[in-house]
Order: sequence, then structure tokens, then C-alpha cells
Amino acid sequence: MAGARVIPLHDPERDAARRSRHVEVVPEPAQQQSETPDWERRLADLLSFARRRIAGDYQIDEFGFDRDLTENVLMPPLKPLYEKWFRVETIGLSNIPTAGGALIVANHSGTLPLDALMTSYGIASEHPAQRHMRMLGADLVFRTPLLGALARKSGQTLACNPDAERLLSSGELVGVWPEGFKGIGKPFKDRYKLQRFGRGGFVSAALKTGVPIIPCSIVGAEEIYPMIGDIKALARLFGFPYFPVTPFFPLLGPLGAIPLPSKWYIEFGEPIRTDVFGENPADDPMLVFNLTDQIRETIQQTLYRLLTQRRNVFLG
Amino acid sequence: MTPKVVLVTGVSRFLGGHLAARFAANPDIERVLGVDTEPPPRDLLRRMGRAEFVRADIRNPLISKVISTANVDTVVHASVTANPAGPTGRTVMKEMNVIGTMQLLAACQKSPKVQKLVVKSTSAVYGSSSRDPAVFTEDMGPKDLPSSGYAKDAVEVEGYVRGFGRRRPDVNVTTLRFTNFIGPRIDTVLTRYFALPVVPTVLGYDARVQLLHSEDALAVLERATLHDLPGVYNVGGDGVLLLSQAIRRAGRLNLPVPSMAVPTVGGFFRSARLVDFSPDQMRFLNWGRVVDTTQLKKEFGFTPRWTTQQAFDDYVSGRGLKPFVDPETIAAAERGILDAAARFR
Repeated sequence: MAGARVIPLHDPERDAARRSRHVEVVPEPAQQQSETPDWERRLADLLSFARRRIAGDYQIDEFGFDRDLTENVLMPPLKPLYEKWFRVETIGLSNIPTAGGALIVANHSGTLPLDALMTSYGIASEHPAQRHMRMLGADLVFRTPLLGALARKSGQTLACNPDAERLLSSGELVGVWPEGFKGIGKPFKDRYKLQRFGRGGFVSAALKTGVPIIPCSIVGAEEIYPMIGDIKALARLFGFPYFPVTPFFPLLGPLGAIPLPSKWYIEFGEPIRTDVFGENPADDPMLVFNLTDQIRETIQQTLYRLLTQRRNVFLG
Repeated sequence: MTPKVVLVTGVSRFLGGHLAARFAANPDIERVLGVDTEPPPRDLLRRMGRAEFVRADIRNPLISKVISTANVDTVVHASVTANPAGPTGRTVMKEMNVIGTMQLLAACQKSPKVQKLVVKSTSAVYGSSSRDPAVFTEDMGPKDLPSSGYAKDAVEVEGYVRGFGRRRPDVNVTTLRFTNFIGPRIDTVLTRYFALPVVPTVLGYDARVQLLHSEDALAVLERATLHDLPGVYNVGGDGVLLLSQAIRRAGRLNLPVPSMAVPTVGGFFRSARLVDFSPDQMRFLNWGRVVDTTQLKKEFGFTPRWTTQQAFDDYVSGRGLKPFVDPETIAAAERGILDAAARFR
């Protein structure tokens, strides 16, 4: 990091978008009065959604992504969590392209993958193109009944190179948490210390498809369930990668599953181009290692910077 | 190269029979021989026209004599099947599939006239598990080798076909990995499954299902026979249906069964002669399978006319499946509620 980056308060692109949206809004009030009120339109939406679901009249893609269900059922409950509970602030959303493939690489933390949910909600609701981030998940997710089916419907797929490359080359926005269980299940004392970044499979997928890599640093997720212990025996019994002990779980039972209301910051860094390395760059292991390190270092430094700017865990 | 004498195996079944009928209607082909252990049903036989039926067992070396005396130059092996003939049919099915293919390939190898071999295989060779990539391309293999049933048969059949290709490099070998067939006329495990009034599924799983219309399947087999297109190709319709979505589209009721109770329920349906699911098909209902058909479109030069969804809808309307709740009723209810709401405004 060569010093702090200047973040413009008024992004010209977004301002323009807002202004143009404003122009469109102008004729609407006149129309609205003569036509249906808001609650009625919402009822109509709800009914038509119910009809589509009963008749099976919707499209899913080859990965099992059900856009209709995601937008209408899975996303809305995240809104209060995102806006009221964690009061998430996104920085640098303009670094995510409005179209075309891109790979978002983020740090993982928080015992339960709420960071992934919040990041995808943030992009879907605040990015001008409202893109759906397609996440790459561990095979444990897809092996688990209910969860596996739900994960596929919400646009996730197995973290493997063929899937990542297929998504990226078809112009999707892909999210990956390369630390995996090592990151999400790390003890509280190791908070904001990035773990090993796997084998760099995500970098070779991006190199093969030539899409930019966007480092993403998430601050706040570490404090939602401070993991102070890990009951290995129970983890083995249930087949989990870890069995967390937090100050409130399992002590308070289900109440312990309420995350602490920390204040979150999600910063998307400058995209790293991967189409400038010549022929077959993915076959050069050194390049893959170096890029992996560079991305890991960028995220780590951004985390440190965001942490020094944060004065209070809960108030931000 | 247009084939002169075509031999089709499995003609008493839907695909083999209709394929033989198509060849019989083609004036460029001099002679069409259909082979199976039992004669085709009468309506199929009538369709087959000038095609000759040879009642022979491909497990028997006699097949070699048929191939050499009739100067067969093209063999279409369409008899590999997933549908056991009866409650005890599974062992017989395995023998027909594996031993039959071995004998047939041995006979082809012996006859210098054979120039082309078309094999109907299945995408079940990719297996089905949670650790698989979402979409299979032709160069991928299964994570866990299928341990039983049709999928294992198909893997073994493909192995023998590859061996044959090595020993007879002069023969054009086309292996077609079909997804599940659907259509108003074809009868498969899946068509019987969706016709059940209450469709049992495994609780907590929703398979991605890719289907191929039976007419497209026939067209692909025909094209592979009439043209020289060696290689391995995935064949499936565009698009994907979720199992739950397909059940809704068919207007059936979904009965989720906890995975612990699945063997019991499966056993019940088997003994009631409704649907006979093998363990590998059960796994398919958990995870499903989707294949990449880029090769089919680019190299093979065929784009299926029906998408998965269209093929399924054609099956539903062709079979006259009556939905439990009429879509009209639902639409009427929607209109009724909206009208009532408008009055409250």
C-alpha cells in the first residue's frame, strides 16, 4: 500500500446515475394518484409470485440459481440485519464493474458466514447494477440437506475450478472466501489475522478467464460471535469443522445464536487486472503464488487501516 | 459416408425401434436390420416398414454371423438400458448391457466391413454427488465411480467401446452421453415417476434435472449414423429444471421423504410395480446432473429443438397429466383477491 487512497465523496458516475433516476421519477406522482396505491401493487406482486411458485413457472440456471426466489424470499430478510443490526457501510462499490466477469476475494470470519451474506446483500442492494454475487462454497454446504439445496437456489456453487471458470467466463460476479473454515472458525484472539489462502485456485481461475480480481475487506464480522473455545469432540460427533464456544453459546442456548450488533465496514479495493500476463498465465505457479500473496497482503493492509479508523466495535 | 447396411440393437424398445423406422424410411440405406431378444410391439413393428427384425441375443456369438453375412457396415448400439424388465430384471439388465456389448463389439471387431459404431450411452457415467462440479464436460470423470446399477454398466460399456476404438482405429466410433429422456411417447423410469399422483422426493434435496426430448434423441442418433462424427458427446436439452419445479409444472404433489426412510419408500414403490429406482438413480434425485452441450452444438452440429422445460411441458400435455389444482383456478383466485382489494381502495 503506497499511502491512503483518496475516496471521492461524490462519485461522478453514481451522481449521474442518481440524477438520471431523478428525472425518471418526476412524472410518476401524477400517474400514481390515478392508478393503484402502493400496498395494492405489492399485493399483486405477492400474488403473482405465489402463482409462479405453485405453477413452477420460473427459470433457474445450470447452477441451480433461482433468481425469482432469491430476490423475493431470500434477500428481503437480510435487509434489517444489514441496515439496522450491523449498519453496514460499503466503501468502493464503484470498483465492482457493472457488467462482465469479476472475482471478489474477501476475508472470512465470524463463526457463521454472515459476512458472505452481508457482502452479497450489499452488492445486490447498493451497487448501481444490483448484481447478484455468485459465491463459491465448501462441499460441506452442499452435502448438508436443506442447506445445500438452499445454497444452490441462492446462486452458490461448489468451490472448484471448473465451476468458477464457467461462472467467470459467462460474465458473472463471483465471490470467494479463500480462507474457508480456517478463517471463519478461527479463535477470537486471532481476529483480523488472515489465514492461509488455500492453494490459490481462485487466482488461476481468474487468470484463465482474464477477469479482474477485487480484494474485499470486511471489518466487524469478527466480533459478531467471539469464538473463545472449540469443542473438538462435539465437532467430530456432528461432522462440523469446529464447534464454537462464544460467551453466550452454548451457555444461553438459542439466545446465544443472536449475533452481537457490531458496526460493519465492507471495503472493495482497486481491481487487480489478470489479463496482462501473456499466454497461459495460469500455468506459471510462481505468478499464481505472487498474485495470491499480493491480494492477501492488500486485504490485510486494508483491514489494519479500517481497524485504526474504527474507534468503537459497536458504534464504529 | 452414407451407410449401406445398418444394424440397430434394442429395436423392441422405443429408441431402437423408432430409429430403425427412420432408417427404413431413408431410401439411401439399402438394408436395415433390427436386433432384439423379443419382437417389437405391433405398432412399432408396423412403423419399422421394410426394416428386418432378427430375433437374436447380442449376448450370443450368433450375432457375429448376422453382422458378417449381412455385410453390416454401421452398427447402432441402442440397447443399453436403464429400465429393468421386471422385478428380477436387474441381473438380466446388467448382462444385456455389459455382456451384450462385449459380444457385439467382439463381433464388430471380427467383421472388416464394419465402418461405424454409434453407442447410446448415458450422462450417468459422470455419477452424481455433492462434490461434483455443477456442469460436466466430456473430459470429466466421476468423483466416485458408480458402484452399482445402470451407471456402472454404462461406465463399463464405455470402457469396452474405448478398447474397441483402440483395436479398430479405422472404425468411426461415436459415443453419445444422453441425459434423461422425456417425451409424450417414451416410457422410462422418469416418465413413470412424474406420472405418480404423489411424487416422493428426498427431504432437503432438490436435484437439477436436465432432460432431452425423445424426438431430439432420435434425431441425434440418426445424425450420428448418417454422418461421420467420431467422438464423445454430451446430449441434453438447453436449460435446467429443479426437481421440485418439475413436479409443480406437472401439477403433482410433492412428498418429501426423510433420507432415512427412502429405502423403505423405494421398496414400497418397487413392490407396488409403480417405479423401480436403483440406488444410483436415487442419488440422481438428490443432486441431479447437468452436462455441457457446447461440443454437441459446435462439433456435432446439432442443437436440440426442445429445451428441458419445453420437453417436460410436452411430456405433461402429451400424457394428459391432470394437475391437482387447475392453473385456471389459481389465476381466478388471484384476480378475485385483486378485485376485492380494489374495492377497499
